[in-house]
Amino acid sequence: MSAGDPNPPSTPHVKAMNCPGCGAALSLRSFTQAVTVVCDSCHSILDAQDPQLKILQQFKMATEEDPPLIPLGTRGRIRGTAYEAVGFQRRTIQVEGVPYSWHEYVLFNPYKGFRYLTEYNGHWNDTATLRALPTLNPYAGQVSVAYLGETYRHFQTAHASTTFVLGEFPWQVRVGEANEVTDYISPPRVLSSERSGNEVTWSMGEYISGRDIWKTFALPGDPPAPIGVYENQPSPFSTDTKTIWTIFGAFAIFLLLMMLGFSSFARDEQAFQGAYIFDTNARGEASFVTDPFELKGRTSTLELSTTTNVDNNWIYLNYALINRDTGQAYDFGLEISYYHGYDSDGSWTEGTRNDSVAVPSVPPGTYFLRVEPESDSGHGTIHYEITAQRDVPQFSFFGIALLALLVPAALITWRSINFEYLRWAESDHAPMESNTGGDED
Amino acid sequence: MTQPVANCPNCGAKIVFRWSSSVQTVCEYCKSILVRTDVDLKKVGQVADLPPNSSPIQIGTEGVYNHHPFVAVGRIIYEYDQGTWNEWHLVLNNGSAWLSDAQDNYVVTFAAPGRKLPPSAKVGEQYVWDNEAYAVSTITKAHYRGVEGELPFQYWDKEDVVFIDLTSEHGKFATLDYSDEAPILYLGESVEFDDLKLKNLRSFEGW
Repeated sequence: MSAGDPNPPSTPHVKAMNCPGCGAALSLRSFTQAVTVVCDSCHSILDAQDPQLKILQQFKMATEEDPPLIPLGTRGRIRGTAYEAVGFQRRTIQVEGVPYSWHEYVLFNPYKGFRYLTEYNGHWNDTATLRALPTLNPYAGQVSVAYLGETYRHFQTAHASTTFVLGEFPWQVRVGEANEVTDYISPPRVLSSERSGNEVTWSMGEYISGRDIWKTFALPGDPPAPIGVYENQPSPFSTDTKTIWTIFGAFAIFLLLMMLGFSSFARDEQAFQGAYIFDTNARGEASFVTDPFELKGRTSTLELSTTTNVDNNWIYLNYALINRDTGQAYDFGLEISYYHGYDSDGSWTEGTRNDSVAVPSVPPGTYFLRVEPESDSGHGTIHYEITAQRDVPQFSFFGIALLALLVPAALITWRSINFEYLRWAESDHAPMESNTGGDED
Repeated sequence: MTQPVANCPNCGAKIVFRWSSSVQTVCEYCKSILVRTDVDLKKVGQVADLPPNSSPIQIGTEGVYNHHPFVAVGRIIYEYDQGTWNEWHLVLNNGSAWLSDAQDNYVVTFAAPGRKLPPSAKVGEQYVWDNEAYAVSTITKAHYRGVEGELPFQYWDKEDVVFIDLTSEHGKFATLDYSDEAPILYLGESVEFDDLKLKNLRSFEGW
């Protein structure tokens, strides 16, 4: 606009006015955009559109002071835009007779308009009204809404009444007025619908930490620590859970490949075989030694398998693997029992006829076995066969490694499920004792 | 864009039209409402003082919508029970449109003649225009509060007006204007302030 313009654009400035109720000075920070303004001295609710600031409601007696954590007039940057806190209200719902209150801050920028912050027990949300309508759809037996391709699950419907107000509001605010508020969640976002009369207003909130609020508004001290789990609080475990199972999967594949490698490189050759008979009726020393046999190659495992024909009977075999040259002995025992029968539930069996023992790290050399069988006497003869397999691939290490990794994965998953349990415990869909509900997709 | 020049029949001040198709304008000096005839300008009324309003847009504000540059050349101010809002008359390089600014919520609409329109509507009712389903979201009783600048039609003697706003699931927006006997449909969409790339805005003290 050139100088001497007949009609220069006026620059709106913050108007200083006086409350018609108590005469205290008050200002309209949102220029002409506020619909109602509340005097912070006498708490009269005033018509901000009326040059005389007509008193609409006085609620001083009805409520106690509730100072906002972000003082009105404080500015902070949200998503790159400077906003000033201009209004504050407390809203209260009753759940089974217990009142729960949260706070809403009205933020204003003269170009971008109004935006909101909500705070409940130290949990904050950055909220803006929606321009498009979400679609309602049924989802797994409970109501949900879809917005911009995302599904939001119904969390809670409640009647929220305004119980304390301060500053400016872009709507007709009254203390005592109640609206039906419904929340649908897809953490970290929440879609809320507010019904007043015929009209439904939708807004979307996104979880924001108290620390970020304190930083952006340069507030002194520390934000109040959040209590409990909030409806759209992002789970600290949801990404951890995915990550750990990905690591687990990758490691399991790695272990599997290692196992395949080991089993194809292991020599797995037979070093000894012998068949024996144990006469339980015979008295005297049953122990004996086998013929010597060679263990070749590098130091590796020796797997000793025993196959028997025990039938409703048992045999205990005391083994000693002895190095003929050094005298080094490996002692181990093996009990084999096999029983079967028939009862009211049908036929049954217990135990097996064979078993094996792996002796790790046996150096090469010439060995023999000392065998000492035991059993109840008077049960006839027991046939058994001993085979010694050299350099047998061992997989128990892999199992232990996998298990070691499974423990933290399971722990994190359990904590994640527990977090969702706590979240949904506060909803209209509180899970019953055994039902964890709230499964992540 | 031609800029026909005439003189105010009331005070003689120079009247410059930013848009050749403007039907009505307001003299910046004496606030006379002037309507174009074939030969000259006729004074049809007088604008009372405009209500205080803090739209960041002003006559001469420029911006871009859908790659089309535009300039705000006029406005209608409406008043309703929540205050006032502005319908800014935009002239684009391919026609004219409206930029509604209600508490800094911005909607761009274009007149959409030739559609079948209901004589009245209730909140929640659905209508389909141009393959888009709209649901009635608000019904607003408003009254004309003032005009400024150039308008594509005569608009100066209106009293109470009913607007029916409809929204779609895709952020589309429709308004049924019942200020005349036959309703007029405007179709458009909500827009983000930043997307309009506005220039020559008002400044606000302290901001």
